[in-house]
Amino acid sequence: MPDLGSYATEVLSAYAGTLILLAAIVVASVWKARQVRARLDEAETRRGRV
Amino acid sequence: MASLWEYANPRKFMDTSAWLLPWATGIAALCLVTGLVWGFFFTPDDFRQGSTVKIIFIHVPAAIMAINAWLMMLVASLIWVIRRHHVSALAAKAAAPVGMVFTMIALFTGAVWGQPMWGTWWEWDPRLTSFLILFLFYLGYMALWEAIDNPDSAADLTSVLCLVGSVFAVISRYALLFWNQGLHQGTTVSNAGVGVEEGVAPTFLYPLMISLTGFAFLFLALVLYRTRTEIRARRLKALIAQERMG
Repeated sequence: MPDLGSYATEVLSAYAGTLILLAAIVVASVWKARQVRARLDEAETRRGRV
Repeated sequence: MASLWEYANPRKFMDTSAWLLPWATGIAALCLVTGLVWGFFFTPDDFRQGSTVKIIFIHVPAAIMAINAWLMMLVASLIWVIRRHHVSALAAKAAAPVGMVFTMIALFTGAVWGQPMWGTWWEWDPRLTSFLILFLFYLGYMALWEAIDNPDSAADLTSVLCLVGSVFAVISRYALLFWNQGLHQGTTVSNAGVGVEEGVAPTFLYPLMISLTGFAFLFLALVLYRTRTEIRARRLKALIAQERMG
């Protein structure tokens, strides 16, 4: 860990906040994609049965 | 050579994005890890800004990509308005939350950096204010998509909003040229290596460029991935409508 001196709080919170926001958009995108894909698979299966 | 317009076909877009996506994701991960680890652990403190200079490796790429994301949405919206290609409208819709997150990162890291350097978290300075307005445009754009049921009408109206918001995207980038005032410093990245006093030193520039490449590829990967989801959601909606009609 580098010595961040008196600005450690600012630097660490900037990096932590960024990583949290990036993780949030990635997780939200994956979650929505899985949900849509599962519902589409169901709808296509229903359509195949008809 | 395949025409660009072939990608307006959802099937062609899905096929192409399927092999492009792992590459974009891999390059994004590699560049982000390299750029941020290099910047955070292996760069010295700045003689004036101390260790807060390390915030540059996230603040500048996020700010650049926040503006570029909106400009990408503008191009996609114009393609929708002129040529009525649904994939372009869906790509613009898919890009908005990603651009909004980049804008949030730029605003947050800017405030955290500004407090120790300027003595304030926020100042109604031209660049900061135009960025805040850009952020509000992102929120408005996303809300408008959700508020309108008819997807074609939603694409039309959001395209107009995108066109209007582009003024603020441009102002965000060139605010300091238009109004030579405020706390925010001028362009430093493009001055690097040309002997200008305010240019970024090579020690910081190389990890910054790698981090910027990482943010750009992360944007590309997320937009491709989210556009694929939007295309599937559109197909799902069509299938449900068919079922209801019997």
